[in-house]
This record gives sequence, structure tokens and C-alpha cells, in this order.
Amino acid sequence: MKSAIVVFPGTNRERDMALALRRATGRDPAIVWHSGEALPKVDLIVLPGGFAHGDYLRCGAMAAHSPIMAEVKKRADRGVTVLAVCNGFQAACEAGMLPGVLMPNVCLQFVCRDVHLRVERSVRPFTGRYNAGTVIRVPVAHHDGNYYADKETLDRLEGEGRVIFRYSAPDGTLGDAHNPNGSARHIAGVVNAKGNVLGMMPHPEDLVDPVMGGTDGLGLFQGLAESLAA
Amino acid sequence: MKAKVHVTLKNGVLDPQGKAIGNALTGLGFAGVSGVRQGKYIEIELDERDAAKARATVEKMCKTLLANTVIENYRIDLDA
Repeated sequence: MKSAIVVFPGTNRERDMALALRRATGRDPAIVWHSGEALPKVDLIVLPGGFAHGDYLRCGAMAAHSPIMAEVKKRADRGVTVLAVCNGFQAACEAGMLPGVLMPNVCLQFVCRDVHLRVERSVRPFTGRYNAGTVIRVPVAHHDGNYYADKETLDRLEGEGRVIFRYSAPDGTLGDAHNPNGSARHIAGVVNAKGNVLGMMPHPEDLVDPVMGGTDGLGLFQGLAESLAA
Repeated sequence: MKAKVHVTLKNGVLDPQGKAIGNALTGLGFAGVSGVRQGKYIEIELDERDAAKARATVEKMCKTLLANTVIENYRIDLDA
């Protein structure tokens, strides 16, 4: 699997992402600057976390209009797999690649801690390595992770099986106490209609090695490597 | 020409910041605050002199970048 990570001014999680991809695929991803650099032909495009363009106006709003995003959208439309994590998720929503928007956390604080995610669906290319219902532990680190969409959109997402991760208790129970940011219906990750673009607030790339305190996130990258093997 | 754009959250969209401001006002002793909604105010200097054209341009700016219409409304006022 060949991959590329898009870097905007203010992106700061590209190295964690590169490490996770290297670990799962044995290859270094291309790191691509958001302007003036051509996006290489790859099987996976990653929009990583950070504070692209200082999160000015709205998180991800500026990044969504960066020169490279037109090409990212075009590739996604053609079926190329896109993983958008944290600030990348915000940018993908702002760019219209995913429905909804990430609003400020209900607690109005930056939340940086491990959370539990219930894998709602086991689907390639993202979550084929996990069984549906499995609970994994991964960190979140964000101020604006409160997923919002109108009721019709949320119903549609659920009806079409596009909610991939939900915040939960370690035993998979749902509840406000386990929702770090107030996200509608405890949604932590969703895919687009085609299923080739996943947006999620938590950072699976930061739990891929025992030295990080766990490997619960590795399955996502191994699943991608398996599904997208050239 | 100057365009003044107000971007506000749509009704029904939770506004934690507005809520916090409201709580702070009540805490400071301002009685009778029954709700606060906060938003953004943006001023744009335009070379365009034709009001209709200016409005159309700013409308497009709002839809493209200034507001996220999933959660936000916008209002445009023009000053000659």
C-alpha cells in the first residue's frame, strides 16, 4: 500500500501518522505540502491532525480550501481511500467530503485523554480487522470534536450504516459520561456514502506500539494495508 | 463599499460558548439574562460600487467560506 500524508501550515500529527503507516506497511508514506506540490499516485491519502492555518474562522475551514484539497476531493470521488483524523476530519467536513461539522466541545475545554470507542461496523478498508462491537482504547486531543448534523442527516448516516465508531464505556455501553465532547449520538467516526472516506476525531495512530501504552489503533492501519495491498 | 457580515448559529444548534457567556453574566450579578447566542462579525472592504453586484459577491463568499451553512446563518449589510 502506498500512502501520502497531506501537511498544512499548522499540521502537527503527521509524524505520528507516518510512524503508524510505516509500522503497518513497512513503507514510508509520502509527506506532501498543501500547496504547489503534486499529490503522488497513492492508495491511501491521509489528512492528519493539528491546527491547520491556525484553525482560523472555523477548524478546518481554511484547509478545506487549500490548493491540494481539490485534488484530494477528485481522488476521493474516484474511489481512492482517505483517512481524515482530528483536524483532518474537521477539514474533510468543511470541504464537503463528509456530512456534518465538528463544533466546540460541550465542556468548552481542550480534551486530551484516552477514550473508548465501540467499533460499530467491521468494514473494509478501515475496520475489517476489528469485529463489530469490539471496544478499543485510543486518545483524543481536541477542542472542537463535537460532531453535529441535523436529525435527518444523522438518521440517514445510521440507516446507511455509516457510523463506524462511537464513544463508549470500556464495556461498550453508551452514555453522556463516556462522550468526551458532546457529539450527537456519541458519534466518533463516520464514512461517506461510498465508504472510502473515514473521518474520526480520536487518534488511532497514537496507539500502535506497546511503548505508546497500547496497540488498539494498529488494527486500523493493518486493515488498510491488507485492503489496499497493491 | 463595505460589507458587514454577521454569522450566527442557527436556531436549535447548541451554543456552548453562548451558554458560558450567559452563565458568566449571571455570575457577575446581571439579573434577567435568559439566553445568550454568540457569533462572528466580519467587515469586508470591496472595490465594487454596484450594491447588487457587491451583495451577490459577498453572498458567494459567505456560502464558500465565511459561514458553514450546516450550522450557521449569515446576514449581509452594505455601507456605500
